[in-house]
Amino acid sequence: MVMAASETKFHVLAVDDTLIDRKLIEKLLKTSSYQVTAVDSGTKALEFLGLHNNDHQDVEVNLIITDYCMPGMTGYDLLRKIKESSSFKDIPVVIMSSDNIPSRINRCLEGGAEEFFLKPVQLSDVNKLRPHLMKRTQTNVNKRKAMDEIVSPDRTRARYNELEVN
Amino acid sequence: MDLAALKTQLKNFVQSMFEEGVLDNQFSQIQALQDSTNPNFVEEVITLFCNDAERIINEINRNLGYQNVDFSNLDSYVHQLKGSSSSIGANRLKLACANLRQASDERNKEGCLQALQLITCEYCLLRRKFQALLHLERSIVELETNQK
Repeated sequence: MVMAASETKFHVLAVDDTLIDRKLIEKLLKTSSYQVTAVDSGTKALEFLGLHNNDHQDVEVNLIITDYCMPGMTGYDLLRKIKESSSFKDIPVVIMSSDNIPSRINRCLEGGAEEFFLKPVQLSDVNKLRPHLMKRTQTNVNKRKAMDEIVSPDRTRARYNELEVN
Repeated sequence: MDLAALKTQLKNFVQSMFEEGVLDNQFSQIQALQDSTNPNFVEEVITLFCNDAERIINEINRNLGYQNVDFSNLDSYVHQLKGSSSSIGANRLKLACANLRQASDERNKEGCLQALQLITCEYCLLRRKFQALLHLERSIVELETNQK
């Protein structure tokens, strides 16, 4: 498929320490016509962002999708670092996790994540990314949804019905 | 065998794996991602998965061989295997991991060893079936390539 010269693909940075999950998310994103950079740790994600911000103004990351459970820096840690940075705080962040833990989901959403996907991530989840990317092209939009109106993806809503009680 | 027959055979074989609960819908998602830009995607994912699973099962084996088992280490490995199993759609293997997780939570070494046996069993079954599946896939790709 040939892209028109004026069209640039959105660039997604995917972070996951598991090789198979990295391969899957990369494929899902490419299938949805995103340009993808996949790294295996939060540290490498920050390096990638930092490097390209300083050296190449034209390499832009439009969205970060990260696994939650990673050794060293968790997805939540990465989320906070991104949101606390003046350069990157406006980049939408999405968190993925194989564990359905409501308190974890809430913590991530309150920490600034746009979405929380339960693994295994599917094409229908990736389709939910586009609105978050399109929003960035609007000026002065209040992106934060009200906390008491957490609009969960349908899958997590369905999962909420089978709550894990610890 | 002609292409259509091979494809039907593959379809039926995968269907039987669904019916036995060996695979779940996630595997269909992976199959759906294979296209002309990435015609070996399923094979690549299966290969990655098997290498990873074998590595982890060996590590779990090793861990359980010690007199004092490091259960938190074990926990981490089980989590990884469960995650990978879930990602590829290896349903029964994923369920077998839950057993090991439980036994590990209870610090029950004997229970862990039993659970590991089940995991090994399920993995060996899965690998055999994956090998048969890939053999079919390769035959199909070969025929399709020859027809071009």
